[in-house]
Amino acid sequence: MRRGLTLFNTTSIALGLAFLYLPIVILVIYSFNASRLVAVWGGWSTRWYAALIDDRAMLDAAAASFGIAAGSAAAATVLGTLAALALTRLGRFRGRVAFSAMVYAPLVMPEVITGLSLLLMFVAADVDRGFLTVTAAHTTLTMCFVTVVVQSRLASFDRSLEEAAMDLGCPPLRTFLTVTLPLIAPAVIAGFLLAFSLSLDDLVIASFTTGPGATTLPMRIYSEVRLGVKPEINAICTILVTVVAIAIFAAAWISRRAGEGETAGLPAK
Amino acid sequence: MAGGSTRFGGFGARLVVWVPYAWLIVFFLVPFLIVLKISLSQTAIALPPYVPTFDLSAGWEGFKSFLGGLGLDNYASLFSDEIYGLSYLKSLKVAAVSTAILLAIGYPLAYAMARAPRRLQSVLVMLVILPFWTSFLIRVYAWINILQSDGLLNRALQALHVIDAPVAWLASDTAIYIGLVYSYLPFMVLPLYAALEKMDFSLLEAAADLGARPSTAFWRITVPLSLPGIGAGALLCFIPITGEFVIPDLLGGSDSLMIGQTLWTEFFSNKDWPVASSIAVVLLCLLVGPILVYENLQVKAVERGS
Repeated sequence: MRRGLTLFNTTSIALGLAFLYLPIVILVIYSFNASRLVAVWGGWSTRWYAALIDDRAMLDAAAASFGIAAGSAAAATVLGTLAALALTRLGRFRGRVAFSAMVYAPLVMPEVITGLSLLLMFVAADVDRGFLTVTAAHTTLTMCFVTVVVQSRLASFDRSLEEAAMDLGCPPLRTFLTVTLPLIAPAVIAGFLLAFSLSLDDLVIASFTTGPGATTLPMRIYSEVRLGVKPEINAICTILVTVVAIAIFAAAWISRRAGEGETAGLPAK
Repeated sequence: MAGGSTRFGGFGARLVVWVPYAWLIVFFLVPFLIVLKISLSQTAIALPPYVPTFDLSAGWEGFKSFLGGLGLDNYASLFSDEIYGLSYLKSLKVAAVSTAILLAIGYPLAYAMARAPRRLQSVLVMLVILPFWTSFLIRVYAWINILQSDGLLNRALQALHVIDAPVAWLASDTAIYIGLVYSYLPFMVLPLYAALEKMDFSLLEAAADLGARPSTAFWRITVPLSLPGIGAGALLCFIPITGEFVIPDLLGGSDSLMIGQTLWTEFFSNKDWPVASSIAVVLLCLLVGPILVYENLQVKAVERGS
C-alpha cells in the first residue's frame, strides 16, 4: 500500500492546521501588545497580565470555575466510567435502550435546551441556585463524554485478562480494581481532563443554572467580550489556553507511558 | 457482548447500572418533562413566573385544576408570530450550509491525515483535537480580534490592495459561518478520519489497475466506504449548530436571530419562561430525528470496535 504525502495532501494538512491555529496564535501575540489598541503594535509587554492580578471579579470567577470544573469532572468521571462499564460489560440488561439513548443524547443536545431544562427543574424543586447547581449540571453534560472515551477503551482491550482473573476465583469488584481499572486508567484520566476542560469552557449551561454569587469565568469573559476586544481578555485567554495545553500534553505523556499511543478524543471516534 | 450479567453479577452489577441511570433520569429526563409541562403553562407575574404550579397538598382537586390550567396557547403564538418561524428557518439554513462547508473543508484534511505516514498520523490527530480542548468562547473571541474593522483581516487585505476601505466583517452572517466552521471543524474531521483510516487503500490501486480514473474511484469507492464517518461528522455538527447561541450572539448581527438566541432572549430578557420552554420543545421535535440517527451510528461504531 502506497502511503505518503502528495502535494495535494500536504497542502490540505498545512491549510487545515493553519486555519485551526492562526487565530489562537494571533490572540496570544496580542496579549503581549503594550498598546491598548488592536490596530497599533506598541511593543512587547506583560502589563495586561499584571492588570489581571488586580481584577478581583475576574479572579473570583476563575476560582469559582476551577472549583466547579474539579467537582463536576470528578463526579462525571465516576458516573461516566460506571455507565461505560454498564454498556460494555453487562450485556442486554433491562432498560438498556433507554439508558444508551440518555447517555449519548447530551453529546449533541443544543446547550440552550439542556440549560433551560435543568434550570426549570431546579426552580421546580426549589433548590437554591449557585455553585452546586452548576456543578450538577456540568456533571450531567460531561459524564457522557467520559462514557464515550472510557467505552472505546473498554471495548478494545483483551477481555480474557478479566475472565482469567475471575476464573481463578477473583471476585468481580477486585477484578475491576486490580485488572480492569489499571488497563483503562489512561482513558479514565483522559475522560477526567476532557470533563474538566469542558466544564471550564461552558457558558450557556452555567448561565442558566447559576445563581447569585457564582459567576464563572466564561460568564465573566462573555460579559466583557460583548463590549468589545480588550487586551486583558487576551491575557486571561492566553493563560487558559496554556493551562489546557499543559493538561493535554500531560495526558498524552501519561497515556504514552501506559503504552497507549493514542489520546482519547471526540465522541464519534 | 459475551459474558453477560453473570460475570459482574448480582448487587454490584445493579449498582453499576443504576447509579448513572438514576443520575440521568433525575438530571436529564425529568428536566425535559418539566420543560414540557411549563411549555403548556401561562406566563404570570409571580415566582416562579408561570401558572399553574403543581401543589401536592391540594390533593385530587388541586390536580384537576392544575390540568385545567394547561393549554396550547404558547404553541399557538409560536406558529402565529412569524418571528419564531423565521428564526427556526434561519437556524436550519445556517446549520445546513455550515455543515456542507465543514464537509468540503474537513474531507480533504481527514483524507490527507489518513494517507499520511503512520508515525505522523497520531501527531496530526492530536493537533486536530487540541483546539477542541481549548475554550470555545476563546476561539470565538479570537475571531473578533481578527474580524473587527481595524482588525488583522482588514489591514492585511488593505495592505494587499484587495479592498480600499475596511469591510464590516463582524455582525454579519459571514462572520457566523467563519465562527461555526472554525469551532466545529474538529467535530467533522475526527469521525471522517476514523472512517477513512480503516479503509484499505489498495482498493484504489485495484480500481486504477482495472482502468478507473481517480475521480471515479474516489466517488465509487472512497466516498461510499466513508459514509458512516460522513454521517457521524455531519450530525455531530448539524445538531448542535441548529441550537447554537454563543457564536451567532458574538459574531452575528441583530437583524435576524437564530433560534438559540430567540430562546435566550425570551428567557433572560422577556422573562417569558413558558414561551422559552415551548421554543425548546419545538426545537427538540425538529432535532429528534437527526439525534436518533446519530445515536444509532454511535452504537454501531462502538459495536464495530469491540
